[in-house]
Amino acid sequence: MIATYTRRELMVVAAAREIRDGEVVFVGMRLPLLGFGLAKATHAPNAVGLFENGVIRDRPAEAFIYTMGDPPNIAGAVACLGLNDVMSLLQQGRVDVGFIGGAEIDPQGNLNTTRTSSGGSLVRLPGSGGGGDIASLAGRTVLIMEHEPRRFRERVDYITSPGHFRGRRRGGPATLITTLGVFDLSEGAVRASSLHPGVTPEQVRQATGFPITIDDHVPATAVPSPDELAYVRQADPEGFWTGDSMKSR
Amino acid sequence: MDCGSPHVGLTDGVGARFARLESPLTDKRRSLRDAIAEHVHDGDAIALGLALESGIPFAAVHELIRQQRRDLTLIGPISDMAFDQLIAAGTVAKVIAAWVGNVAGGSGYGFRRAYEQGVPRRIVMEDHSNFTVGLALKAAAMGLPYLPTLTGIGGDIVRGHPRIRPVDDPFGGPPLLAVGALKPDVAIIHVQRADAQGNTHLWGNLGLTVEAAYAARRTIVICEEVVPDEVIRSDPNRTVIPGFLTTAVVEEPGGALPSSVQGYWRRDFEPFLRYHRISRSVEGFQAWLREWVLDLPDRPAYLRHMGDAALERLRVRDRRLAAAANFAP
Repeated sequence: MIATYTRRELMVVAAAREIRDGEVVFVGMRLPLLGFGLAKATHAPNAVGLFENGVIRDRPAEAFIYTMGDPPNIAGAVACLGLNDVMSLLQQGRVDVGFIGGAEIDPQGNLNTTRTSSGGSLVRLPGSGGGGDIASLAGRTVLIMEHEPRRFRERVDYITSPGHFRGRRRGGPATLITTLGVFDLSEGAVRASSLHPGVTPEQVRQATGFPITIDDHVPATAVPSPDELAYVRQADPEGFWTGDSMKSR
Repeated sequence: MDCGSPHVGLTDGVGARFARLESPLTDKRRSLRDAIAEHVHDGDAIALGLALESGIPFAAVHELIRQQRRDLTLIGPISDMAFDQLIAAGTVAKVIAAWVGNVAGGSGYGFRRAYEQGVPRRIVMEDHSNFTVGLALKAAAMGLPYLPTLTGIGGDIVRGHPRIRPVDDPFGGPPLLAVGALKPDVAIIHVQRADAQGNTHLWGNLGLTVEAAYAARRTIVICEEVVPDEVIRSDPNRTVIPGFLTTAVVEEPGGALPSSVQGYWRRDFEPFLRYHRISRSVEGFQAWLREWVLDLPDRPAYLRHMGDAALERLRVRDRRLAAAANFAP
């Protein structure tokens, strides 16, 4: 089949499908901004979105947004609270699912977005943002990553966003969505749930720096429906987030 | 904004009869240059970028650079490229933040050069998550030494952290983390409107603006418009900072560009990407710094340098007004 969607469009659709109707969602930056809107427009009309800047929405943003703070994400919101208010709801256990991205991941679902090394020299990454909070406090987390060997590490250099660990009080990584597939992390190990169309198990193993379980009959990730694609393209008309190369990056 | 007719007469009754009860309130209006010169000193801890991606006081950031402040500590949740610019310009000794970079582009190259190579100088980084920055400011705003939390347990941010320590639950529950209070010397915020005494209306993103203003020793309020105090009093629930907490009021329209201000300015996306590209090298950053900061005397000059077409594209002309709330007694 000829691909009529980009890999990132597929990832947005996969992210949206992680949201169940009626759930309270802590929406992260970038692809989850679109995924939340898509879920609302399709199978999860009753989902509510919390944004770390304090915004609570029960409708997708009215126009394309680069960041959660952009004016179209404020207009028509149900509430504009403070950061501590939405973080308090998260801490209290009111959030069903949260989305986070990471630069590096290990098999326990620990994410590093703080510092690493490349060719022996220190590389400083931007830091936690709200990621560490979502990882600590959400009912479950969905992680979104580029699937490259240097990012999939036996052990991350720094745990910015904790994955599964002994003594965790709630939550933890449930699903990992990458450029190659969708993976189940709920057992504290990485098992492929689906590989994106055209991706082989060998390709995934080579891009993963630790052992990973891929069943012989692992299904292909369900392709975006015409409705889903139509929504994503209307929400990201120039393909800024969902184009093949993620423009300017 | 239309601040003409709706509040005419608001002070006719009580105000007229009890005129002598009104204290001669201080007019706190200053130019941005004077506000920064008078209230931000070398070595100060400054909180800014508190509403996250919107209302970032870039005009003040650039004025700090022009006035060559040194050894600053920057405090904020995420800072977009404001912290990166201050760091790359050599004004910063320490950063207390959850995220330092460029929201559109990712890495902040000025921050990376300082952290990785000590260029133009070494900086000390106190890593946080957004919530622990929020709790640290909230504790100070509440006059408490710390606030307990569950966030961060199991991760490396809180390990050996100078401001986050394990604490027992005095009621017998499982252990918690204590986030120590963080009291900025100065909070710099950009809002839609304030009166001359610094009573401040802000709507849209709040982030940690309120906590920081309450916690800080001094607060500089930069606004799109200074309005008569009747405008503030017409909607007291929208007042996020009572004037007695405000140190200086600066009317600086467009002072947050290229970040957005709800109801006034859209986000100007291109400068974030342009800065991300050009600041990849020291030379590129220096060129940017000359063009957009050092060669311009003030924010009006910055806006002129942007050009009328850009300003018109970004200015919000549409109206979507909140429904009126009746405060009649």
